[in-house]
Order: sequence, then C-alpha cells, then structure tokens
Amino acid sequence: MIEYTSRNIRTWSMLGSCGAFGIAAMELPNIDDRCIVLTSDLCTYSSLDRFKTKYPDRFFNVGIAEQNMVGIAGGLAKENFIPFATTYATFAATRCADQVRVNMGYMKLGIKLVGLTAGLSVGILGATHMSVEDIAVMRAIPNIVILSPADCMESIKAVIASAEIESPVYLRLSGTMNNPIVYKEDYNFEIGKAITLREGDDVVIIATGTMVYNSCRAAELLEEKGVSCRVIDMHTIKPLDENEVQKACNAKLIVTVEEHSMIGGLGGAVAECLAGMNRHPPLLRVGLPDIFMHAGTYEHLVEKCGLCPPSISDSIFQYLQSEHCNR
Amino acid sequence: MDKNDVISRCTAAAKEMRKDALTMTLCAGNIGAHVGGGLSMVETMAVLYMGIMKYDIDIPSNELRDRFILSKGHGVLALYTALNQAGFIPKEDLWTFKMNDSYLHGHPSMNPEIGIEFSSGSLGQGLSLGVGVCLALKRKNNNTSRTFVLLGDGECDEGSVWEAAASASHYKLDNLVAIIDKNGIQYDGLTSSILSMDPLDEKWTAFGWNTFVVDGHDIPQLYDALSRQSDKPLAIIVNTIKGKGVSFMENDPKWHNSRLTKEQYDQAMKELGCNA
Repeated sequence: MIEYTSRNIRTWSMLGSCGAFGIAAMELPNIDDRCIVLTSDLCTYSSLDRFKTKYPDRFFNVGIAEQNMVGIAGGLAKENFIPFATTYATFAATRCADQVRVNMGYMKLGIKLVGLTAGLSVGILGATHMSVEDIAVMRAIPNIVILSPADCMESIKAVIASAEIESPVYLRLSGTMNNPIVYKEDYNFEIGKAITLREGDDVVIIATGTMVYNSCRAAELLEEKGVSCRVIDMHTIKPLDENEVQKACNAKLIVTVEEHSMIGGLGGAVAECLAGMNRHPPLLRVGLPDIFMHAGTYEHLVEKCGLCPPSISDSIFQYLQSEHCNR
Repeated sequence: MDKNDVISRCTAAAKEMRKDALTMTLCAGNIGAHVGGGLSMVETMAVLYMGIMKYDIDIPSNELRDRFILSKGHGVLALYTALNQAGFIPKEDLWTFKMNDSYLHGHPSMNPEIGIEFSSGSLGQGLSLGVGVCLALKRKNNNTSRTFVLLGDGECDEGSVWEAAASASHYKLDNLVAIIDKNGIQYDGLTSSILSMDPLDEKWTAFGWNTFVVDGHDIPQLYDALSRQSDKPLAIIVNTIKGKGVSFMENDPKWHNSRLTKEQYDQAMKELGCNA
C-alpha cells in the first residue's frame, strides 16, 4: 500500500519520475492481479529491478525492440491483462508510432505505454533522446488517454489511475532526479479533471508536467509585479478538461506552458479548444521552439528555451504589455 | 472424425472458398481486391478452419479456442471465406465485401463476434500480437489453445517480424505457430528481385523455430504440418502459387491487387469447374 506521507513525497522527488514509476509498479499487482510490466532493455532505467525480483513471472524485458514490445503488450491486453510498457518517450511516440496507432488507437487495446524522460531531461544525450513531439503524435491518434503528471507523487497517482481504467494510456513522465515537489500532501487525482493550484484573476496559466512547478514560481514573480495568476495543472492532456479552459476565458490572458514543442502539444490542444469559442482572451503559448536542440544539460536547455520561472514570468509580463492584450 | 473425412471436408471447403473469393472480387467491382495473395492462402485457411483449429461459433470468445491472426491483412478473401465455411459469416454478407459500411473491410477489423481477433493491414505486426497472446495463455495456464499467425513472405521484409520471431523462441512459445505464405510475389514484383529473404526456412530455424516446408496447396501435407506438436515455436513455410487456381492469375504480380471483369470471372469459374 502506497502511503502519501510527506517523507515519502520527498523521497520520490529525489528519485525522479523514473524512480516514482518503479515505486508505483510495485503496487500494480495489488491493485489488479492482471497487471504485467514490460520494458525494452530499460529495466534499471525504469526503476524496475525490485519489480523484476519480486514478480519475475509478470515481468518481460523484450530487449531493444520497442515495436515488438507494443505488439506483445497488445496481445496481452486482448487476453485481458493490463500491460505497462516502458521505453524512452521519444521511442514510444515515434519509433513504434504505427504499432501505437493500430494497437492502442484503432483497436483500443488497453496498453499503458510509459514514456520515460520526456522533454529535455536527457538533453545531454542529444536530440535523438529528447522527446519534444510525443504529445503531438499521441494527441492525433484517436482513443488514447494522455497523462502528463506534474511531479513524482502525481506520477505515482497517474500510474495507478491508468491501471484502473480500460483505455489505452500514454503516460508522459518528465523531469530529472530531484524533481521539484508541486503537491506537498495527498490529494485527489482524477483523469480528465485539471487541478487549480493557485487562484488569480489577470492571467490563467495552464501548465503540464515539469512546467507546473515552474509556472507556480513564475506566478509568484508576477504577483510581485502586481499581476495575479491562476495556475492550473493540466495533468490530462487528452481528454482535455475543456471546462477549465472555458473558465479561464474570464482572464485577460491565457498562457500554456509545457516542456514540449509549441506545435501540437498542450498549447495546441488549448488553442483548438479556444478556436471553437466565440470570444476568448489571447493565448500565449510557452514551449519549445520548432527546432532540434543542441545537446546540453537539462538546466541549460530549460533556461535557453525560456522555461525557467523568471523567463516564463517575463514572457507573460511582456505579452500583457503588448498590443495583443491592449487592443 | 476420420482423417480422410477431415481431408475431404477441407478439400471441399477450399474449392468453395476459392469460388467465393472470386465472386467477392467481382462484387468489389472497380475497387478490386487482393486476389492473388488471397487465392494462395485458400488451402491453408481451409485446413486451419475445417481441420485444425478449435472454436465454437456460439461462444466465439471461448477461452479454450485456438486463436488465429491474419498478419498479412490483405489476405482477407481467404479469411472471410474461411469464416463463412466455419459458420461465423453468412454467405450473403460475403457479397458486401468492401462496400461502404460493410463490416467486411479490405483489411480485417477486430470483431471477436465473428472470430476476427485483431485488426490488421499494417504489415509486420501480427506475430508480436501472437507472442503477447501466447504469453497470456501460458500465464492463464491455458495449455491447450494454440495461436496461429499467418504472414506473407513479402511481409517478412519487415524488421518487426524478426523482433517477434526472436522473442517467441526466447520465451519458448511452443503454443505459437507462424505460417508463412511463400507465394514469391509482393506488390512490386518477385520477392527474389525486390528483397530476397531466401533461404527463408533457414532464417526461421536460425531464430530458434522448428521449421517445416510444405506444399501450400497439398491439403494432407498442410494437415500433417499444422497438426505437429513442437517444443519450440513452429514455423510452417507453405510454398504456394499466387493466384492459384486461375490460369491467367497464377504467378502474375499484377493480380496482387486487381479488379476482375465479368468475362474474366466467367473464365475463372469455368477453370475451377464451377457454374458461374
């Protein structure tokens, strides 16, 4: 039984999202005896060594063969098991995109595909390992629930929630070890229901993944400048919580912040939602530029892309002064 | 049932399936159909559904059924006609093939009620599904059901086939049977000229499978091969003729996916000894 104590929350934060996945995996057989875990040569990386030792009969390391892993998971799902399959987020979304499309999208087989180190966190390994298009790819495929938790406790909750629904799920895990803590105590996580972390009237920041924490810090900086911000954790990118987007339309500005390309990610999803409304405030999308980044440390890349709290705050402040918000 | 009776039943089914496949192609009109690779599989499918596989059309999801996965999804003519012989699909529905809103698509769409376990069409995916199913069966202690996956020889160009092949032997899946319809022709021409995978049997053997090569139009040979029990995953390479049974289609790559005129249909039916 997972205990959401402040001590555990601090420990999970130190482990990072991959470590948090390993913690959650240990709980899966208790939640549902049909749970099975697969990985494509990323057992240790996915923090699954303990799982492998304790549950050798429900663990499959398929080798460096992501396409086969998704197919095997599809076969297991069809036979009424609940397969969790892990690989780097970029391989999950692009290496085996066709298998994802046919198995998870078309056939709705209940695979839970876990994309590790999404975004820039393995940026030092170069562009092949960064995953900045995965949300866009997954969003375009029907029937797949996309979860993008804000911190390590939310990652654990998202894993467990994934096991409890029949749908195929893409679980986007981002950040590094010592992942900042957004939620200091236990709370209620519900797929499809965004969480308001901070109230404010001028600006509504809708953030996902690691950028939830940075957005909260940015909101504090903006408050010092007299700008009041609401911050929303949009942990479920699909289905999008459109009610929260609708409610955000009372503000002067809506901002999306994500560690993902500005094309097709959370910003794209919110823009599509707003496009269907008669009246809405301007939308500022903060995310990664449409380029392949040079390799660099996580901190360096986050700063370079304008995703650290002062940069987010500055972008929002400048946008508020611009003609977009003062017509 | 006596083996000779089973062989007779499969032979009769194959004859009717071939005829029905041509009628379906005619019904598809100008849309055409993947007729060549459908006809090459007819005897294999007849033997599977009328001689080998366990299933219950009243309880299609019966846990103890054998599973069939058509990895070469374009081979639907042989699948739908076999499911008709088995009793899953009524004859009149066959003639709706490829029509708007028909459930009989140009590639199979998952439909457990009529015995279609998975959707397919994108090549190279069925064997991985089969590996997953076989692992699941073992985990459920279902030691009687087998899973048959039918692939094309052109399909074996796909790297994912070999990822799956390696994993099947790694996991010692003695409940998995891969059947490779080796008709020697893919979309653009002869497999030997596009991407030669020969010796195909040695490749499967090297991947840890018990491999047998049989004449894919010889029903007793097929029956014996598919009846084999194996301590490893079993690969049956069935040497076939693309467009088998119709003189002007046999071994001609243009019949991979083509339309059939009424005149051609009449001639084909005549060659098959059927009244059109």
